[in-house]
Amino acid sequence: MNEFIFFFNKVIISGAVLGSIYALGAIGITLIFGILRFAHFAHGDMMTLGAFVTFILVAAATAIGLTGPLPMGFMVLPIAMVIAAGLALGIDKGFYAPLRARGAKPVTLLIASIGVTLMIQGLIRLFFGVKSRTFFAEAPKEIYRIDMSFFGATRPISVTQPQILMILVTIVAVLALHFFLTKSKFGKAMRAMADNADLAQVSGINTKLVIRVTWVIAGALACMAGTMLALDVTLKPDLAFNIVLPIFAAAIVGGLGHAYGAIAGGFLVGFAETLAVFNWAVLLRPFRENLPSWISNDLSLVPTEYKLTVAFVILVIVLLVRPTGIFKGASS
Amino acid sequence: MIKRAIILYSLLFVLIIGVGLVMGAPFTTRLMVEAAAYSLIALGLNIQWGYGGLFNFGIMGFIMIGGFAVTFISVPINMEFWDSQGPFLLFKAIVAAGIGALLIIGANKLPRFGIKGKTFRIAQVLAWFSAYIIFRSQIDPAAKYIESTAGFVGGLGLPVVLGWVFGGILAAGVAYIIGKICLGLRTDYLAIATIGVSEIIRALIKNMDWLTKGTLTVSPVPWPVPKPQDFQLMGVQTLESFVYARASFLIVVLIVVLGALFLIQRAYSGPWGRMMRSIRDNHIAAASMGKNVKSRQLEIFIFGSVLIGIGGAILTSFAQIFDPGGYQPINHTFVIWVMVIVGGAGNNFGAVFGGVFIYIVWVLSEPVSQALFINISAISDGFGWGAIPEIESRALQMRVFVLGLVITIALRYAPKGLIPEVIHQQKENKKAQ
Repeated sequence: MNEFIFFFNKVIISGAVLGSIYALGAIGITLIFGILRFAHFAHGDMMTLGAFVTFILVAAATAIGLTGPLPMGFMVLPIAMVIAAGLALGIDKGFYAPLRARGAKPVTLLIASIGVTLMIQGLIRLFFGVKSRTFFAEAPKEIYRIDMSFFGATRPISVTQPQILMILVTIVAVLALHFFLTKSKFGKAMRAMADNADLAQVSGINTKLVIRVTWVIAGALACMAGTMLALDVTLKPDLAFNIVLPIFAAAIVGGLGHAYGAIAGGFLVGFAETLAVFNWAVLLRPFRENLPSWISNDLSLVPTEYKLTVAFVILVIVLLVRPTGIFKGASS
Repeated sequence: MIKRAIILYSLLFVLIIGVGLVMGAPFTTRLMVEAAAYSLIALGLNIQWGYGGLFNFGIMGFIMIGGFAVTFISVPINMEFWDSQGPFLLFKAIVAAGIGALLIIGANKLPRFGIKGKTFRIAQVLAWFSAYIIFRSQIDPAAKYIESTAGFVGGLGLPVVLGWVFGGILAAGVAYIIGKICLGLRTDYLAIATIGVSEIIRALIKNMDWLTKGTLTVSPVPWPVPKPQDFQLMGVQTLESFVYARASFLIVVLIVVLGALFLIQRAYSGPWGRMMRSIRDNHIAAASMGKNVKSRQLEIFIFGSVLIGIGGAILTSFAQIFDPGGYQPINHTFVIWVMVIVGGAGNNFGAVFGGVFIYIVWVLSEPVSQALFINISAISDGFGWGAIPEIESRALQMRVFVLGLVITIALRYAPKGLIPEVIHQQKENKKAQ
């Protein structure tokens, strides 16, 4: 039973946490791709930027002595999301809108997004240095231990408070997005524009406004994902730069331009990563005596150092077998 | 357009002389060797992106492959490894890889025997999986054994220039595999796929300690020309010995760069170059004219990667150390893109100009911003606002920002680059207009 608890802690919980972060990031990428037709490389750095905005707000709130029932990172998250959405709008207005106005090809926008990546990276490192920070400098993370002795296990299922909140916040955000896309006027306009931008414009949809709404949603979700990642591990300037690849993999696996696909893709990639690096020999431990001795003690599919390759292998397989993604995306 | 190129190159020359006067000759010769190697890499990307329109974001991976190749070829032989059980264990691993490859090939041939559809897919997956297990079961103990006894396999002790050639060959081999899988994807997908490949290459080289020594780094990697120490033995002053050694290295690198430039310039203006540009501009039209678009793109991807691999090999042998931990996407992929975009995609002279110019900007933005910060810090201190803390580490980060700024400005105000692609129009067309 202990082995199963270990599996649950290592795979189910970390997979769900990783999956929700990937899903939130991938939604932003997939929405931007659906509306503006370019792969937004700077998304990872918008996540980092959002996390730093939250960090400043937390520092400010702690300085004036605010306290709350939840970790401060979650309390200030709504404000940080608003600020991040504003920053996303500013980035669009400053760097992408002029290129779009000139009628530049999507590839040019993709290269411009690399420029934005570099500038955000440079600014963050300039102001915050390269060292790691934590949101839990004052108070340690609260850890919930669910006793499993009822099932004959000595180890508890352990999950930190931020992890539970993270999964809950993701569910709320995804539901809100669902109702926004299906019920509201803007959401319907967004879906129409993702299908066919010219047709949407002819039918009287204000495309410029839709683009702005897209950036607001993408920026806010990026801030949320970045903050959650920083809450789960630590806050570093190259935080999101390293996960931009799994996020893109999630978006492509789900079908670029397809919001629900991005969610599914995020969880798929998250669970695939934790399953691949899990040491399956642990589950065989109770039967150790009955097994032949040539079975090694390390049966993980992929060594931990190569975790990043998992996302990529999934990506390549999907691109080869079903290039439009699991759900048919806005791919040509 | 030629006038513009001449003016820009003379300005660049003046800039280099200026840097030489301010920073001294040893620094400038080092800068120029590295800038020349980077411009070779920029030429490689220019072939892929400027000629072929292929979006390669995995430049770092090819640079690393070049670095590994030159290390493997030119580092002295490690007798400890060859005297141990290591070669035999590695041989067993290679045999295992061969068995795995046979399994996969066999599974791919199954449709001939009437096995199709789902059964075929399952057989394919099983073949890949068992090949992976067989290979891992042999390579893991071999790696562990080599790491614990000999450290790593060592090099072959062959001449450095051979290592550069091998860097190109190895990069070509990897490019062939990647190209087979990824080319034919749309631009955005190709970008993500290549960035993924380069991350995998980095993970592999960093963690295969038995082959590359990983983060423990391999040094010294030999030079193709006498090192400063050799000049010092001949009785040259320390400072001058560095200048002499680096200058002779620079001459060797310049020969490589100019040779590559000459060859690809010839190819560019020939029928091959025209065909490539026609594929880039409209691959459907090119295909309807009977050009094999896919294999042509594979060809150009391999050619570009060869140059990138050679450039990476030159960089490693000049630095005398192969440190897999020192490779970053910003320093080795994005900076090359900035070089090509700013210099002018599709123009070889533009790419070389961008390579040298952007590398100088990249290196010099650190001391310049450090000087700037010290002045700002002094002013703010004078006003009583306090000095800027950690100026040195912050100044180092400024160059990332400067790079981003340069590329966004270039895209906005000079989207075709400083020395743009020359588009020849046929004379009859002009008359008709």
